[in-house]
Amino acid sequence: MVKKETTSEKIFDVLNIIFMLLMICVTLYPFYYVVMASLSDSGALMRHEGVLLKPAGFSLAAYKMVFKNPNILSGYRTTIIVVLAGTTINILLTSIGAFLLTRKKFAIRKFLSYMMIFTMYFSGGMIPTYLLIYKGLNLGDSLLALIIPSAISTYNLLIMRTNFAAIPECIEESAKIDGANDIVVLFRIIMPLSLPIIAVMILFYGVAHWNSWFSAMIYIRTKSKYPLQLILREILLLNSTESMMEGSMGSDKYSIGESIKYATIIVATLPILCVYPFIQKYFVKGMMIGAVKG
Amino acid sequence: MFGIVIAFKDYQVSKGILASNWVGFKYFIEFFNGRYFARTMINTLLISFYDLLFGFPAPVIFALLLNEVKNTYFKKTIQTITYLPHFISMVVICGMIVDFFSSDGLVTKLIVSLGGKKMDYMGSAAHFRPIYIGTNIWASIGWSSIIYLAALSGIDQELYEAAVIDGAGRFKQLWHITLPGIAPTVITMLILRCGQLLSVGYEKIILLYNSGTYETADVISSYVYRMGLGSSRYSYSSAVGLFQSVVNLILLFAVNSLSKKFSETSLF
Repeated sequence: MVKKETTSEKIFDVLNIIFMLLMICVTLYPFYYVVMASLSDSGALMRHEGVLLKPAGFSLAAYKMVFKNPNILSGYRTTIIVVLAGTTINILLTSIGAFLLTRKKFAIRKFLSYMMIFTMYFSGGMIPTYLLIYKGLNLGDSLLALIIPSAISTYNLLIMRTNFAAIPECIEESAKIDGANDIVVLFRIIMPLSLPIIAVMILFYGVAHWNSWFSAMIYIRTKSKYPLQLILREILLLNSTESMMEGSMGSDKYSIGESIKYATIIVATLPILCVYPFIQKYFVKGMMIGAVKG
Repeated sequence: MFGIVIAFKDYQVSKGILASNWVGFKYFIEFFNGRYFARTMINTLLISFYDLLFGFPAPVIFALLLNEVKNTYFKKTIQTITYLPHFISMVVICGMIVDFFSSDGLVTKLIVSLGGKKMDYMGSAAHFRPIYIGTNIWASIGWSSIIYLAALSGIDQELYEAAVIDGAGRFKQLWHITLPGIAPTVITMLILRCGQLLSVGYEKIILLYNSGTYETADVISSYVYRMGLGSSRYSYSSAVGLFQSVVNLILLFAVNSLSKKFSETSLF
């Protein structure tokens, strides 16, 4: 249908596009700035005035410094362990939980569902949880403390449940006739049929583990067990760039201080940034399923 | 959750939860009468309120504007870019905020060039809330708009065609078709937000505040964190945390029944 546009509508369109372009700039420029600043020479960066469009005095010194730092490396190791182990446990437990909640013959499933939804709105709070993990389960300073408390997210469980419930029951019945038990049904039939949602779950949980820092901050005491985000926090927010420069020369110290911060951000965020464009559509899909559920 | 009982007890690590003495509402009363009650309460409410006031409409408006963009490719690009901050970790976001608002950071330079004052904005109590709310909107506008975009795409296209035949311009269409179409979604999201009025995300607060800005930045959950884990006052901070959870739950039910009454949209 072709319709004539009034002048005011045309003006609106133009303004709208300008606004959107502005949004893009506002969102992207901070990240762009970080990338450019990380490639800069700190001294030149400090002196720089105006908009930074290319590195001020190109230098890779900051990156060299970051990769030499033992904390960053051990942080990376911890984070990768937690992401891998945590996500595996997440997926396993969430699917079993969701499977259980879709079994019609499971007598207390309604009750269990309500109990779980209740926890979304009401929880014991930070301190009782802390005491439970630290004193009750004795998980202080253990990586398990980062994995077990977040083993199942109720929200994700509900998304998974909705998805499982949509699988026709007759498939399962015919498997039962062929002699499959519940475990076989779950792992050989339901889960392969739900691969897209499982992919979304892996991404949700994986990114959550990668980005989490708070539980590590309260449970982990040994520095070599710190995950990457916690190391980042020390460098970025507690301003302990000094700790990164142990052993380097005085003048040298000053000149890379600023860009080291930016380089650490890049090093810690790059994995997410690299996969982001590919996983983005799955995230949106997962979000929709959750939204429909409400 | 069983651990909640320590809010009513005089918890001592050596005795354990069960053996500690019952003290009833002692710690609740101590909190209500303490000098931090007013401060954390006001901060929590103000930050939540401003966040609701500015942060809630922003993604709705953004989704509406995005919906008017006709070029699909351009639209997709904008979406991809504005979702990005959602995936960056809180630590990195806050690190960037602190850096950009420091006395010679990116944003401060911008403010100076616009005629503002050169100062460390993160250290100034007066600027904490605007920075907090502003960066919140910046980080979440794209991601929060997804749900509204979904609602927008669910509106029957025939309605628009009929409207065009009836001679409605685009602004008329927006007012009479689009807005009523997404209203249920907006109300549901509003209910969810109101239920959380008292729970300002502590992660961002803890990362952003410093002792210079406690005055305007300290909210209930960050106070719980400092009291409980910083000063090891377990029972007291559990009581404060429980107070917050209970009020939130009441708020959620209240807002829900209100909206049931007025708009026939509700969560449960």
